[in-house]
Amino acid sequence: MIISLLAVIALGILAWMGSMMGFQYVLAVCLPYTAVIVFLVGFAWRIIDWAKRPVPFSIPTTGGQQKSLPWIKPATLDNPSNSKGVWGRMILEVLMFRSLFRNTNVSIEGDRVVYWSSKFLWLFALIFHYSFLIIFVRHFRFFAEPVPFFVNAIEMFDGILQIGAPRLYMTGPLILVALAYLIGRRLFNQKVRYISLLSDYFPLFLIFGLCATGVAMRYFLKVDIATVKVFVMSLLHFAPDTAALAKIGSIFYVHMFFLTVLLMYFPFSKLMHAGGVFLSPTRNMANDTRMKLHVNPWNPEKVYRTYEEYENEFRVPMFEAGLPVVKKPEDKE
Amino acid sequence: MSNIPSAEELIKVSYDMPSENWMDTKPEITEGAVAYPAKKATMEPLGMPNPHDWNPFEEDWHLPENWEEIIYNGLKERLEKYRSLKLFMDICVRCGACADKCHYFIGSGDPKNMPVLRAELLRSVYRKDFTTAGKILGKLAGARKLDKDVIKEWFYYFYQCTECRRCSLYCPYGIDTAEVTMMARELLHELGLGLHWIMDPVSNCNRTGNHLGITPHAFKEIVEFLCEDIEEVTGISINPPFNEPGHEVLFITPSGDAFAEPGIYTFMGYLMLFEEIGLDYTLSTYASEGGNFGLFTSSSMMKKLNAKMYAEAERLGSKWILGGECGHMWRVINQYMSTMNGPTPSCMETPVSPITGTVFENARETKMVHIAEFTADLIKHNKIRLDPSRNDHLKTTFHDSCNPARAMGLLEEPREIMRAVCNNFYEMPENTIREQTFCCGAGSGLNTDEIMEIRMRGALPRGNALRYVQEKHGVNMMSCVCAIDRATLPPLADYWAPGVDIAGVHELVANALVMKGEKKRTMDLRQEELPGMEDE
Repeated sequence: MIISLLAVIALGILAWMGSMMGFQYVLAVCLPYTAVIVFLVGFAWRIIDWAKRPVPFSIPTTGGQQKSLPWIKPATLDNPSNSKGVWGRMILEVLMFRSLFRNTNVSIEGDRVVYWSSKFLWLFALIFHYSFLIIFVRHFRFFAEPVPFFVNAIEMFDGILQIGAPRLYMTGPLILVALAYLIGRRLFNQKVRYISLLSDYFPLFLIFGLCATGVAMRYFLKVDIATVKVFVMSLLHFAPDTAALAKIGSIFYVHMFFLTVLLMYFPFSKLMHAGGVFLSPTRNMANDTRMKLHVNPWNPEKVYRTYEEYENEFRVPMFEAGLPVVKKPEDKE
Repeated sequence: MSNIPSAEELIKVSYDMPSENWMDTKPEITEGAVAYPAKKATMEPLGMPNPHDWNPFEEDWHLPENWEEIIYNGLKERLEKYRSLKLFMDICVRCGACADKCHYFIGSGDPKNMPVLRAELLRSVYRKDFTTAGKILGKLAGARKLDKDVIKEWFYYFYQCTECRRCSLYCPYGIDTAEVTMMARELLHELGLGLHWIMDPVSNCNRTGNHLGITPHAFKEIVEFLCEDIEEVTGISINPPFNEPGHEVLFITPSGDAFAEPGIYTFMGYLMLFEEIGLDYTLSTYASEGGNFGLFTSSSMMKKLNAKMYAEAERLGSKWILGGECGHMWRVINQYMSTMNGPTPSCMETPVSPITGTVFENARETKMVHIAEFTADLIKHNKIRLDPSRNDHLKTTFHDSCNPARAMGLLEEPREIMRAVCNNFYEMPENTIREQTFCCGAGSGLNTDEIMEIRMRGALPRGNALRYVQEKHGVNMMSCVCAIDRATLPPLADYWAPGVDIAGVHELVANALVMKGEKKRTMDLRQEELPGMEDE
């Protein structure tokens, strides 16, 4: 845990010092270009690497009644029997974290095992992911001119509380609170602490750093947003505006550096669950293998003990017991 | 069970985590902690790799010389053959949602029984050998070097997973520990390490057609003996056909039901039902096993044992197969059978109930129908006469077996039957039934007496839920649709909820079944007096 925290702090300091020592071009031009390439190629490579491996058997985890007799209502979403149901199940899984919503917490009270409802992980995970999405979409303000209508719409929604100036976007504090919960859970829930690895803390701290610098930039250490936009647009046109660079405060470089690290780290880490969940065979397959043939591309040859071999061994006692035999025992012919 | 702590002691489980890192702890492999190993004499004729005699309680497990290479290559091969394995190695975020969903964790508090850590036992080795971060950062990246202690740890913990898939239901990415356990067990088998209680049934099944090693003539004798008991109870004499070609239906059920109480009563129930409705069927001694311990061994062994079902259906010219009550059998049939075998023999047709005319469209590919589907259909169409009052001395509940629940979704069919055949039916608490059901504590080949404490720990959540309905409603009979359950639930009930008995659903069906020409029933199938119906 400490190592992850220190690593993220070190990255922040590195970026800060870099911006002070005149490495702005490296931090804001070279690295982001590299990071985007690494992210895109890496992400695609991971997905292709998974997708090209065969799915020999159809192994959905069924979470409800199967489709069998006509008058028994099947659980079409939790136990889909066709691709429509699978789509529904996957959409709910990806957008609503349906499986996580089932979560319970076991305790033993005296001589009774009790299953408590436990939805906080679901709630904060959902807040985190949706805040991240909204914040990501909001950043399109910097990537497009004119600003697309949906960005304005989402900004309006995000700032609907109309607190302060610049107007407070709810997702800022929300994502920090959600991250704090996820970090806190790893620290204070004994079981989760026990299973946590460095690679579980690191992305949490990194994203926390990313969001915290973003919030700091907007509300406290204000940087010249107009110049940032000029610069980002120049990046997008592959003609980095170095003049603009010099006018942007250091906090921007730290923010940018956290993002580049995140992008480069993403494809090689557990963060790939974002892509992997779509390929999970216990969720994305229909429970239809009694209705439809699922083909295993490496299906081995059938090798088994045949009836003939079986009868050859047991022919005499079978015959004597009055069981039908294909060939009578030799002395009975 | 005398040498294990009392239930009052065993339920005092602590979920406190140890202070040292899990990579630094080792399981103590002592008598009672692991099941007995498979013998060389069992493994060799089956063509299992590296068969050797060894003793888990000794330091040296006599692994083959190139054991590290075998594991590396074995893991590499499986990562290429199974997207599931590769994905499940890569995408876990260790959120911990699965942690307290495992019956073995709930009953033991052992952190490595948390599904996430069970998978990490393999994942850590995968990281070391197959990921760049693991190669460079080692332990910091959650990677560790494979050594002989890791193999022992695998043997200990991957045989404390019953492949019940309860954790996979709660995982936000659907990571299925059963899949990981199956792969780990395959790897252990590559080194010649297996369980006696799994490999002996596999060997038997290959040779005699069933797990228990019942020879064809003995099988016939047993069934005839059951028929005598049926005559004793009902006055009706039944002569079931064996290995006879030309019948419409081939009936296959786990051999466990031909072997011991209370399974035999379920078997008697099938025979009585078929007699009453005049089903055109045959039993087979060659395919006398519905279960498939190959599932707990390797995908190739599962295929080898399963192949006999269609081979026999083809030889006998059966139109479809009716399958008995069994848990893992139905995972194999529902999720693996058609894939392993390809198109069914040409003599087979989409199953149609000859009594009701119902077409089992859901089984049009495998041509295999679950007996609970078949009977629920009979009941719905009023094709059998039932007198549920004969089960009035019972207060029943129903235990969903893991595989029919989470690898099929057979939830309502047995319940419809239960409500029709008995008047007193009570559900156990919501978090312990249907798709959230708990394992009996001894599935996937762990139903062996030398690990009784581990079994009873794994049985804690089920036992506790049973105890709850026993105290609340006076439940005295738990029904199930699984032959392994019929062997494992009696000790579970004796330990966690003394006074509750176990029955297959079709035993209760047969008790209530009013048969044409039967004598007045004064006894149930167990030949115990029916209260209120004694001879006057």
